Amino acid sequence: MNIIVCIKRVPDTADADLAIDRSGRDIEKTGLAFDLNEWDSYAIEEAILLKERFGGTVTVLSMGGEDTNESLRKCLAMGADEAIRLTDPAFSGSDGFATAKVLAQAIRRLPYDLILTGTQAEDDGFGEVGVMVARLLGLSHVAIVTRVEMEDGKIRAHRELEGGLEEVVEVKLPALLTIQTGINEPRYVSIMGIRKVAKKEIKVWGLSDLGLKEEEVGLKGSDIGLERLFLPLVGEGAQILEGKPEEVAAKVFEILKDKGGLV
Amino acid sequence: MKEIMVVAEHRRGELRDITWEMLSKGRSLAEAMEGTLSVVLLGKGVKPFAEALRSKAHRVYLIEDDRLEFYNSETYERVLFQFLSEKKPFLTLIGHTAQGMDFVPALAIRLGWPLATDCIGIEPKDDSFTLIRQIYGGKINAEVSFVRKAPYLVTLRSGAFSVEEKKPIEGEIVTTSSPLSDEVLGRRFIEYVEASVGEVDITQADILVAVGRGIKDAENIPLVKEFADSIGGALACSRPVVDKKWLPKSCQVGTSGKTVKPKVYIAIGISGAFQHVAGMKGSGTIIAINKDPKAPIFSVAHYGIVGDLFKIVPVIKDKIKEMKK
Ligand SMILES: Cc1cc2nc3c(=O)[nH]c(=O)nc-3n(C[C@H](O)[C@H](O)[C@H](O)COP(=O)(O)OP(=O)(O)OC[C@H]3O[C@@H](n4cnc5c(N)ncnc54)[C@H](O)[C@@H]3O)c2cc1C
Ligand SMILES: Nc1ncnc2c1ncn2[C@@H]1O[C@H](COP(=O)(O)O)[C@@H](O)[C@H]1O
Repeated sequence: MNIIVCIKRVPDTADADLAIDRSGRDIEKTGLAFDLNEWDSYAIEEAILLKERFGGTVTVLSMGGEDTNESLRKCLAMGADEAIRLTDPAFSGSDGFATAKVLAQAIRRLPYDLILTGTQAEDDGFGEVGVMVARLLGLSHVAIVTRVEMEDGKIRAHRELEGGLEEVVEVKLPALLTIQTGINEPRYVSIMGIRKVAKKEIKVWGLSDLGLKEEEVGLKGSDIGLERLFLPLVGEGAQILEGKPEEVAAKVFEILKDKGGLV
Repeated sequence: MKEIMVVAEHRRGELRDITWEMLSKGRSLAEAMEGTLSVVLLGKGVKPFAEALRSKAHRVYLIEDDRLEFYNSETYERVLFQFLSEKKPFLTLIGHTAQGMDFVPALAIRLGWPLATDCIGIEPKDDSFTLIRQIYGGKINAEVSFVRKAPYLVTLRSGAFSVEEKKPIEGEIVTTSSPLSDEVLGRRFIEYVEASVGEVDITQADILVAVGRGIKDAENIPLVKEFADSIGGALACSRPVVDKKWLPKSCQVGTSGKTVKPKVYIAIGISGAFQHVAGMKGSGTIIAINKDPKAPIFSVAHYGIVGDLFKIVPVIKDKIKEMKK
């Protein structure tokens, strides 16, 4: 079984104090740590688990700049067999739709039975690239998958709905699944593990290798374009409790007493 | 006249809230653009929904078919492709929900129409729209616009648009035929699986102490557990805590977990992603502890403490024990 996993390298922003840069169209990225998109770390783990059970190969694919090699190497260290980076000046400014076209075009050149993507990217959060790739390739798909079972060329997948409800569906292979967090426990890779794959070749494909035209990608080939970034309005916002921990604690006690938060 | 189309969402015999939210926003857009508002409803035996929707739109397109009894991305895509290519509404609104995320990107490709997903704002501008989306987990807003021309597809975030009371419209119900035949599908619905309630039903608790990824490690969970015990509260959490198996799924608050409305909700080390906030914003009093002053959780919280939870929580816990005496 040949599995392709699409991964994206994103800045880790949960803990960071974000600022908008001078262009007003990007965030200040200096000082931010980058890593594999959280959803994609579950997707690559799922692919490796399937490979361990059923054999075959795992190929990781990412559209991104040279820094992306670091995330691709992490996937190789986790157990992927091959890595391909899609890069071209023409790709910059691509939204989810343009990204999906680039990924689908690369996948057409590869053998596959199953494609895995993350449910969404932590940065732009389109939640669309996986399902778009599936349709561009004419494949069946399942989005937001929390469990995968395989038998007789078919996948039985649990799909997450709202309120803790799940839907079980069956798809024929080849198919594409978008993977939800929590489906497995992504394995840890040590620095040693990454060092071992340091010399492994990462193929690089550009616009002409993929046979794409400039107007199909980048901003011109996108559905939407960015106008500006701004900080969300905080609205009323929280009343911030200030003071030494002791004083804050006393205030919290009063609030809890007042609002029925003490039993 | 420009037509705005809403795709109704329902599951297991109920119209979902997002449908009313889209109709409310769709109505104000239609008014601003001097257009009309329609809604399309797919399913089996869903006529009663059509009756309920009439008050909110000029037209309710009803497409009934036995094959639409359960949602399936492939049947939805086929039916809506046929329907929308004929009607060509200027704008189609769909929910950015588990259902919308599953079929809309494929439908957009099939129609060849531009799509903007997970929007929290949409306003008419010239012959198009200005859209607001959130990026980086809700920490930054992005204003975006369409690169291509209408017809447009937009998915709206659940809970981002309020439902406004307006004069009923009492539109007409237009029964529309389904294009489905007994074609072979690549995907098949099997069944629904219900989540387990868990030992403690957090939806019943008056006080919830919720912990997020900021807790860093499973071995720090007892710290919040002790705090919760000290005020007689139950323990809840955000999704990553469940993903890492530090707490059971039954503790998860949010769109894919539980919706809770305790008297007091204390969020510790939780950033406030919309999928979490959707499950707790109805709480009586919300107190958030987070080291990032710009964390989105502070915009829904009533009280905020900016700082390191490992320094603050133990002090609060001790203080409460002391003051209770
Ligand atoms: C389809 C779908 C459904 C989802 N359903 C849900 C759901 O039901 N519930 C849910 O919660 N999420 C859900 N999510 C995930 C959601 O998008 C977020 O990823 C998640 O809520 C983030 O959890 P968090 O706030 O704990 O973690 P993070 O976003 O990583 O935030 C951690 C926070 O802790 C703070 N922090 C770190 N260290 C400290 C410290 N020492 N002291 C104080 N503060 C600290 C940081 O500043 C940060 O704000 C869903 C996602 C998808 C795509
Ligand atoms: N530049 C990219 N390279 C490879 N895969 C990507 C890229 N962008 C998005 N993806 C994949 O698409 C998923 C959903 O992303 P999005 O639709 O942007 O939220 C991600 O989890 C990745 O698996």
